[in-house]
Amino acid sequence: MAIMTIRDAINRTLHEEMERDSNIILLGEDIAGGAGTAGGQEAIGGIWGTTGGLIGKFGPDRVIDTPISESAIVGAAAGAALAGKRPVAELMFSDFIGVCADQLMNQIAKFRYMFGGNTSCPVVVRLIYGAGMNAAAQHSQAFYNLLTAVPGLKVALPTTPADAKGLLTEALRGQDPVMFFEHKALFGKKGEVPDGEYRVPFGHARMAREGGDVTIVALGRMVSFAEKAADMLAAQGIGCDVIDPRTISPLDEEAILDSVEQTGRLVVVDESPPRCSLATDITALVAEKAFTSLKAPPKMVTAPHTPIPFSRELERAWLPSPEKVEAAVRDVLGRG
Amino acid sequence: MKQLSRDALLRAYRRMATIRQFEERLHDEIKTGEIPGFTHLYCGQEASAVGVCEHLDDEDMIVSTHRGHGHCIAKGCDVIGMMKEIYGRRDGLCKGRGGSMHIADTAIGMLGANGIVGAGAPQAVGAAIAAKLNGKNKVAIAFSGDGACNQGTTFEAMNMAVVLKVPAIFVFENNHYSEHTGFQYAVGTAHDIASRAEAFGMKAWRANGSDFFSTYDTMGALLDYVRSGAGPAAIELDTERFYGHFEGDPQRYRGPGELDQIRADRDCLKAFRVDVTNAKQLEAGDLDAIDAEVADLIERAVQAARAAPVSEPQHVLEDVYADY
Repeated sequence: MAIMTIRDAINRTLHEEMERDSNIILLGEDIAGGAGTAGGQEAIGGIWGTTGGLIGKFGPDRVIDTPISESAIVGAAAGAALAGKRPVAELMFSDFIGVCADQLMNQIAKFRYMFGGNTSCPVVVRLIYGAGMNAAAQHSQAFYNLLTAVPGLKVALPTTPADAKGLLTEALRGQDPVMFFEHKALFGKKGEVPDGEYRVPFGHARMAREGGDVTIVALGRMVSFAEKAADMLAAQGIGCDVIDPRTISPLDEEAILDSVEQTGRLVVVDESPPRCSLATDITALVAEKAFTSLKAPPKMVTAPHTPIPFSRELERAWLPSPEKVEAAVRDVLGRG
Repeated sequence: MKQLSRDALLRAYRRMATIRQFEERLHDEIKTGEIPGFTHLYCGQEASAVGVCEHLDDEDMIVSTHRGHGHCIAKGCDVIGMMKEIYGRRDGLCKGRGGSMHIADTAIGMLGANGIVGAGAPQAVGAAIAAKLNGKNKVAIAFSGDGACNQGTTFEAMNMAVVLKVPAIFVFENNHYSEHTGFQYAVGTAHDIASRAEAFGMKAWRANGSDFFSTYDTMGALLDYVRSGAGPAAIELDTERFYGHFEGDPQRYRGPGELDQIRADRDCLKAFRVDVTNAKQLEAGDLDAIDAEVADLIERAVQAARAAPVSEPQHVLEDVYADY
């Protein structure tokens, strides 16, 4: 075990996996950085610090700095995967799926099924997402809901350094395309990471807290908000199960349903607007499959249906918060 | 044309004749209503696909388009498996899940026909990255039309191929129509596609895509250049589409007599026949024999497709990692 940040866990996993499998290649904007400049390549090491040191070790043929061309980045990853490689494409901000949606949704998601099952397209797309850094409307969104809606894509949302390593390793060993969402405000989060090979299977939720009175399902950075709320509620004698699904496609339905069957109360915390979101998806799941266990209507704690505003005050108001989660839990308990 | 052996000429003609008869037969069979969905025929462009792919082996890769049957056959896809796929049969090349626009066989370097115009060019760049890393002097080719040459993906792909200096080849088949719109209208660079590739910094060639030898010889020079490690290249092939954008297209955009004229003047199979018999490289009888063999193959393919089993509802869920 070593203590490290999510940033370092991702970087170390890329180092270890690229060393193990020479078919792994990286593509993205400034993942080394500095190409064609006086400062020289690797002047940057990735704007998020996750790809530092890789070009020095594996060279520019495997760590490929690209022009700003997201369709070509993801499309090239798709083609390289069809040709037998394991590309890891980085989208510097998940908002940029808007300029490469076809390659994600119509291409890599479809190949295995559409071509009759004999072809796989093991692309990992790393998408940096999330609000909290005043990056405004086009650099802050959590678009995991859009990609979860597309059959053929797996979607992972690591929230701890250990899961970042375990899920990324799993993604790089599998045969399906994986959308690997990394929250920009979580890169500095520290935790224990197992040494050596460590894999976290997809479709297995993590129980972040056990409490028994209310089930909170939280996504991505919202897990830490839910944990803070659970701590505040514990002081009031209210016990919360906090479930971190870790992957939202496939989704561990059983973990959610088991908990709700015990608690009879559900709060979902999702850092995206409310419509057609993971919050509505999980609430619908519970309504369909655990309706008779429910003792109160479920509550969704989401952002409002607006673009993400820029200023500190407005963005703070836009985001869910531990206090909003706490209020929702009290509400489903009839103690609001 | 002088370098080609008798066997190579017969093989090229067989490929072109197979595409022609495959497509002509589909044109007839679609009228029966047995074939589902949208079908885009490659008839008229045979010299382009075959003139390019006769230079390739199974480790060279191509990505194709919605008008992809010709590329598939030229690359060596199983014709009976293709016909079954187009009929939507369970034992089709893609188990009846792809259909006419989505035929692939990655084992022979056919990375997929594609229903999205312009989607393939970036994928060819990725395949070329893989080819370069593998170091076996293989190439990756994106077939695109005069429609796809206007997609931003194609521009991104050309630039990235030049930047990364990978063995990607952009083959632009200009059949003069992007769906129902003329290239004189839609291609802004003086109706010239190859100049776009040149503007991105790569060498580009031009050839008659309705003439096998023009395409084959020009492609040979292009491949010598790319396989030498010089980076990407492009070729514009001027050719003709004998049918509409899709089967059922009334083609109101065609001029009077245009279809008869292109069949009379720009039929690549007829031109091939004239060239090789005049040069006394093959006898007319050699070509007639191939026509008969191919007719038999296509007949067997249609009969096999008609008789092939259909899918059952439970097959919908095959080859998915999760269902909800």
